[in-house]
Amino acid sequence: MSGIETPRSGTGRSNQRRIRGRTNTELYAWLFMRVSGVLLMMLVLGHLLIMNILDGGVQRINFGFVAGRWSSPFWQVWDLLMLWLAQLHGTIGLRTIINDYTRRDQTRFLLKMALYTASVLVIALGTLVIFTYDPNIT
Amino acid sequence: MSTGMTPRPPSRTKLGGTLYRGREGMWSWVAHRITGVLTFFFLFAHVLDTALVRVSPESYDRVIDTYKNPLVNLMEIGLVGAVLFHALNGLRVIAVDFWSRGPRLQRQMLWMIVAVWVLVMVPGAFFMFRHTFTVLFGSG
Repeated sequence: MSGIETPRSGTGRSNQRRIRGRTNTELYAWLFMRVSGVLLMMLVLGHLLIMNILDGGVQRINFGFVAGRWSSPFWQVWDLLMLWLAQLHGTIGLRTIINDYTRRDQTRFLLKMALYTASVLVIALGTLVIFTYDPNIT
Repeated sequence: MSTGMTPRPPSRTKLGGTLYRGREGMWSWVAHRITGVLTFFFLFAHVLDTALVRVSPESYDRVIDTYKNPLVNLMEIGLVGAVLFHALNGLRVIAVDFWSRGPRLQRQMLWMIVAVWVLVMVPGAFFMFRHTFTVLFGSG
């Protein structure tokens, strides 16, 4: 037989490495996916309903529409929460996919670094935009 | 060639020698991954386009106009469908993980969420596409 380890057998090299430096990170990541998933279900489906279906849908969205929404702290908090939870949920999800399908350590490392860089950028940019938005910009 | 590498014929009664067992369980998992990745990449683009409100009202309005294009409008319906499937199947995954009867009922739960998906998507797609339809074919 070829050298594929039995999952969770604790015999292979990667399993040995995992056992030595064992933390609960994976458990917290798993739990975060479920908790953030439930919250995102309300936030994102609400967002999609408001933006795409209610009151004229996407056709009514423009700069003035955003100005009206973000004048309310309620929608600012909504969008901020949605941004952070969705980006973290997506990052952990893509991390799982990268771990599943990459074969070389170097490829795995590079893809994850690209992923984390993109995530930090998106969260930072989105947060900045929500907090520094100026409706009277010219 | 060793016998261990020979793929077994597909069998519905036995689990077979593969990790991927097909049927509802595997395909819902595949669909969950695809819809998740799709949404991830859309989110990346969407945060960037929204960030244009910090540049100027004109540049934001210009990029938002692309969302109102008939073809992009169709893609939005696809995105809503993908997100809705991911959300509903996510609830099913949670039920499988935390509910004692979840693993036994995973297949029934899949068909349940597919039914909910269809029930929501039919009126959802109608309302999302109504404006585009009117623009393209007149208000007949």
